Amino acid sequence: MPSLGSDMEAGILVEWMKQQGEKVSRGDIIAVVETDKGAIEVEVFEDGTLAELLVQPGEKVPVGTPLARITGPKDTASTERRHASAPAPTPAVPMPTVSSVQGAEAAIQPPTVTTLAEGSRATPAARLLASERGIDLALVKGTGPDGSIVRRDIEEAAPRAATVPDLEPMRRAIAAAMSRAKRDIPHYYLGHSFDVSQAVQWLDAYNAAHPPQERLLLGALTLKAVALALKDFPEFNGFYGPDGFVPASAIHIGTAIAMRGGGLAAPAIHNTDTLTLAELMERLRDLIGRVRKGGFRSSEISDPTITVSSLGDRGVDMLLPIIYPPQVAIIGFGSVAPRAWAIEDAVAVRPVLTATLAADHRASDGHRGALLLRRIGGLLDTPEDL
Amino acid sequence: MNREDLRQMILEEISAIAPETDGVAVDDSEDLREALDLDSMDIFNLVVALSQRLGFDIPDADAPRLITLGGGVDYLAGRIAPR
Repeated sequence: MPSLGSDMEAGILVEWMKQQGEKVSRGDIIAVVETDKGAIEVEVFEDGTLAELLVQPGEKVPVGTPLARITGPKDTASTERRHASAPAPTPAVPMPTVSSVQGAEAAIQPPTVTTLAEGSRATPAARLLASERGIDLALVKGTGPDGSIVRRDIEEAAPRAATVPDLEPMRRAIAAAMSRAKRDIPHYYLGHSFDVSQAVQWLDAYNAAHPPQERLLLGALTLKAVALALKDFPEFNGFYGPDGFVPASAIHIGTAIAMRGGGLAAPAIHNTDTLTLAELMERLRDLIGRVRKGGFRSSEISDPTITVSSLGDRGVDMLLPIIYPPQVAIIGFGSVAPRAWAIEDAVAVRPVLTATLAADHRASDGHRGALLLRRIGGLLDTPEDL
Repeated sequence: MNREDLRQMILEEISAIAPETDGVAVDDSEDLREALDLDSMDIFNLVVALSQRLGFDIPDADAPRLITLGGGVDYLAGRIAPR
């Protein structure tokens, strides 16, 4: 059970993504664990076989409990026998501590005996420490007898404080998800700017006629427009898994919410397309409040079928977002700003909003993406129908 | 209710909305959104909270007056003052 923060004592294994006996390769998601920070996918960093599952779904175990045993390829074992001065333990999913390595991803990294260079030696203590800290023994210069690597060499190669970025759990979750997205997902990007004067005027009139607690923000309108548009563009709403793209049966828009002082979460607003603007605004308000207090539900974290990221009124013109795996699309909205806008032969000043789409090219193509963005713009032109 | 009371009230409501900002010194003329990293939802919540606490509606069109502490105090004092 990887540690995802100094305050984390235990986690629940939600499900195994691989079966016992299945071959696993570097980068595979092997399990999902639930912590008080949300559901986190656990990746494996070595090739091998998932020899034994030690924890069953639903079990809550303390940080450091081995979740599974992974055995390396045959040649690894022989390499070990040749070079280890004592029989090396079977590489197991290690027991990282808060101060071990770089967060959730690296925490599952098995010992790196497979990279041991020909002829180099390490004591068992050094080997153990290296595996705990995720150090590649091949890169360590030994100062022991005959140039063997001793514990002190590992300590010098990786002083505890220096190798341990004190990342907040949320930052680690972002790092894991975004690294995976950039590694695995062939993104394509589209952008389009709309004159949103219809939506802005409608919103001003609506808000003038309603008491403070019943007013709306433009963000509620853009979310609803995305949800309605997605009904005709199912290839952007769903998950990309081992068997390819699977469209979702409902539209749960993940809403990127920035934490003050850094960090980000994108929990779902369930069935976004079925909510009225007033309901959507209430849900958005509730969700933002809870996310910033750290109180969102794991279903809200694991359920989004697509994500929307809005920069709000203090942002910039546009953003080029990164898809949250296993989703296949994310839509970004820049800040609305007055711009010179051509209308037939004249130029007028209009409030302009730039929408961007990052989508997974394995699931969709740019032509359909362009139609989706245009549809969203068209829906914002008739805000009374949202 | 004097201006200092109103100032305290605004600061109290902001720290209820954004506890992280508690104790951050803010100038009367500073844009609260910049100084305290408040977004449009925070300003929305501030308008709702102040309306409820003071018992009168703050029109949406007046919300920009609350963007600075000084502007907010001026605005609320003007609304409360007997006509």
